[in-house]
Amino acid sequence: MMWLTWRQFRAQTVAAAGLLAVLAIAFAVTGPQLAHLYDTTVATCAAQHDCQSAVSGLQSDDSFLQSLVRLLMLAAPALIGIFWGAPLISHEIEAGTHRLAWTQSVTRFRWLAVKLGLAGLASMAVGGLLSLMVTWWSSPLDRVGAGRLDPSVFGERGIVPVGYAAFAFALGVTAGLLIRRTVPAMAVTIAVFAAVETAFTLRVLFHLIPPVRVSSPLNMAWVTETGRGGPGGPDQLFVGIQPNQPGAWIGSSEVTTAAGSTSLGRPPSACGPNSTYSACTAAIARMHLRQVIVYQPGSRFWALQWYETAIYLALALALAGFCVWWVRRRVS
Amino acid sequence: MTAVLKAQGLGKRYRRRWALSDCTIDIPAGRVVGLVGPNGAGKTTLLHMAVGLLPPTTGTIEVLGDRPAAGPAQLSRVGFVAQDTPTYSGLTVADHLRLGAHLNPGWDDATARDRIERLGLDERQRAGKLSGGQRAQLALTLALAKRPELLILDEPVASLDPLARREFLQGLLEAVVDQGLSVVLSSHLVADLERTCDYLIILIGSRVQIAGEVEHLLATHRRLTGPRRDPARLPGDQHVVSVSHTDRQTTLTVRTDGPIHDPAWIVSPIGLEDLVLAYMSGTAATGRRPALEVQR
Repeated sequence: MMWLTWRQFRAQTVAAAGLLAVLAIAFAVTGPQLAHLYDTTVATCAAQHDCQSAVSGLQSDDSFLQSLVRLLMLAAPALIGIFWGAPLISHEIEAGTHRLAWTQSVTRFRWLAVKLGLAGLASMAVGGLLSLMVTWWSSPLDRVGAGRLDPSVFGERGIVPVGYAAFAFALGVTAGLLIRRTVPAMAVTIAVFAAVETAFTLRVLFHLIPPVRVSSPLNMAWVTETGRGGPGGPDQLFVGIQPNQPGAWIGSSEVTTAAGSTSLGRPPSACGPNSTYSACTAAIARMHLRQVIVYQPGSRFWALQWYETAIYLALALALAGFCVWWVRRRVS
Repeated sequence: MTAVLKAQGLGKRYRRRWALSDCTIDIPAGRVVGLVGPNGAGKTTLLHMAVGLLPPTTGTIEVLGDRPAAGPAQLSRVGFVAQDTPTYSGLTVADHLRLGAHLNPGWDDATARDRIERLGLDERQRAGKLSGGQRAQLALTLALAKRPELLILDEPVASLDPLARREFLQGLLEAVVDQGLSVVLSSHLVADLERTCDYLIILIGSRVQIAGEVEHLLATHRRLTGPRRDPARLPGDQHVVSVSHTDRQTTLTVRTDGPIHDPAWIVSPIGLEDLVLAYMSGTAATGRRPALEVQR
């Protein structure tokens, strides 16, 4: 059974290995340059008092490869799901070859277990290798800007791509088994995977570990805008802040009165149409406002990585178990 | 002789339609069994249950004394060639032989290679590029080299041209003689089975109409032709299979163990093809199922 699985899977494995090799070469050539750029500009920028241009210089370096990496990491699990997962069984059912395979001297359970096991492990290996290379290559970039806990890159670093790959693969297999036709199964796979991944990242990920909630006196350096409106009402004072917590994932940030109300009251007279911005902020500073920030600190990167990966692996295992049950009972 | 296939009240329902109902058969070993019936009669359903691809809805089925596909040992004793003889189109002929060797403990590589060579198949050719007849031969080779005790073939020649059909059935018969195996072979064409089978099961409208040795079936069925009359007035031991009337004449196909004494009838023996046709028109007349094609 191992032999047949390998024989059927050989072309895909070679293609994936080739793609990974090309990528590895591209990273090996450009990675050290990127790291060198970081060491010579960003690492020393504080001494030259110009960190903004150093960071933007780094972020615009190799921008083609950067966007390619983003696209690749976004697409890789979906591609695994639709090209490895979905056809795994549906293609056999379409061609009728499952009737050939299931009437050899190997039980269906073993047939499916070996196929799922080998192709699933290959999927996870591809996800893992890809992430390893990308995590290494983009580590200078992750040290500036929003950091690696930023939800838009969090799922493209560390071990989460392994979980994504396993889940997308199992999802594809399940869709193929239930729909029994390859192309519709591919479509369903990509739709469901995108929906689950998006919903999980937007709704669930932040709450996997109870976030830190900090209430402190308003830090005027974080205030980015003032005006009227906001949660209190149209004629109330509004103060917008952007917390500067390097590496943290900010869930929400609010400004409250000393008593804890989000209605800040009428704006101080210094904030009228004829006064200056600095006079206004000085007046606000005298109001003794507070800020409440809910966030995940950057130190929880690995804890969140493990939680998310474990959840996706558990989903993949549940789907695989369902496939085994279905193949043994329901399919002909 | 023990039974190779034993079904008791076997039935299969898809949603609300019964594909096979109340099937009770007992196929003795060492036979080449023809399973004949129109398309959609339930032949494939019965065979799929026999190889464990489908679970029955009702009743039981035993193949070689065990539940179909009960485990690797049971699987290794039954060879199966599915309808349209599926093979992996991307794999070469040699790959298929390796597949067979890897998946079957009793694999007989010498037989397989010998057969492929005699058939003139190129081992490096992909199965997808083979003709229908060659693909069927490859599938049969896989099933035979597994060294099964029972070989089940589901319409193996349905899509083949007459020459390939004859070659396939010939190859099958040679293998049966060589390996001494039992065979169950389905077809909707009686002509295919006439030359190969010594046991016949007629399956029409999801029900087994009759099953038995071909010789016995031919000996117990008669065609009666005579002046028009009501078939209900026949002696009790004569079971009417089919009836057709013209203005003056009645033609009956009857099953009976005894001789026919009524001098009004012209009694003639019946061929296998007419026998099957009689059962098909008989079930059509009772309204259980419309007659379907019996011949191409």
